[in-house]
Amino acid sequence: MCDTCGCNITHGNQHLIAPGGKLQKTERGSEAIGVLKNLLSENDHTAAHNREHFDRHGVFAVNLMSSPGAGKTSLLEASVDALRDRYRIAVIEGDLETENDAQRIRSRGVEAVQITTGSACHLDAHMVHDALHQLKLEGIDILFIENVGNLVCPASFDLGQHRNVTLLSVPEGDDKPSKYPVMFRAADLVALTKVDLLAVLDDFSTDRALSNVRALANAAPVLELSVKRDETMEAWLAWLEQEVQQHRQRCQRGETVRPRIQPDGARLHALAT
Amino acid sequence: MHELSICQALIAQVELLAREQRAQRVLSLALAVGPLSGVEANLLRQAYPFAAAGTVAEGAELAIEDRPIRVHCTSCGQDSDATANRLLCACCGDWQTELVSGDELILSRVEFEREQAYV
Repeated sequence: MCDTCGCNITHGNQHLIAPGGKLQKTERGSEAIGVLKNLLSENDHTAAHNREHFDRHGVFAVNLMSSPGAGKTSLLEASVDALRDRYRIAVIEGDLETENDAQRIRSRGVEAVQITTGSACHLDAHMVHDALHQLKLEGIDILFIENVGNLVCPASFDLGQHRNVTLLSVPEGDDKPSKYPVMFRAADLVALTKVDLLAVLDDFSTDRALSNVRALANAAPVLELSVKRDETMEAWLAWLEQEVQQHRQRCQRGETVRPRIQPDGARLHALAT
Repeated sequence: MHELSICQALIAQVELLAREQRAQRVLSLALAVGPLSGVEANLLRQAYPFAAAGTVAEGAELAIEDRPIRVHCTSCGQDSDATANRLLCACCGDWQTELVSGDELILSRVEFEREQAYV
């Protein structure tokens, strides 16, 4: 959502703008102004700038989010190995400390920039923008942004990515989408990872995980993956390749795309008017 | 805990508005916050005085309107109340709904005093 075209005004919140003009006298005689500004508009402005930058270079950017240890870096390693002959890949890694994840990716021959956030529990658009200064986007097809492992804060910040992927590993339990609805509602694809462990962790039901995602009104594909079982990786790789192709076509038409959760405001605005 | 960074973004917006309006002092701010914004109103209230200190908004009252979660059903067309982890239509039970309200993180109103010369 932006703050310029009015797409953040829906029939659910339009009463917040005072009728009869924005500027009003208050009871105590001072003045008040109705604004309806998204509090994260500065972040969103930088995110839009990042997205334009990606689109200009035809880069498809994916934001990977999950709890710590759900297998984001392992999924990236497996994806890099499977795709690097056909696509040029770069990675931005977000962690509180260490270069470990960037080194894991670099050891596979792919450029990786590590953002160490110190104590910040999420990446924001400004951090990604700074990291982009260290990356040559020319010739890159796919940019993976591995967010800080955290099922809460990263969901609130647009980075300029085109798609959000949220991982849920089998050891975490199938009710995580119900416990962290903001995060799982934001997903364009949910990857149930470490499914090789289903044999021993038999209290995890993939059906329940799926219905918990659907209960968030999220129609995103829910894939079952294990980096230890090559055959489970096919659907994930096919989704990525399809997204890259679609994004190339969009870039040629001068269009872009944002993660699914964000166009809601624009759609509802169309409903309300 | 990202509420402090959100408060800092809030104060930056208020400072900009205050300059535009030639406000001498900000008296109150109103926010609308829905549960699906991922931001906790109580944590915002705690972080706010730290972010406002030394700015034009120092001492300004912070009012937070909690927004209800409402969905619009794309199957039956009805609007209904929902909860954060069950965004189902209360009328027909379908999960194919769109959010009408509940994910807001909005600065809705700023009350201020102008410099005398401009009143």
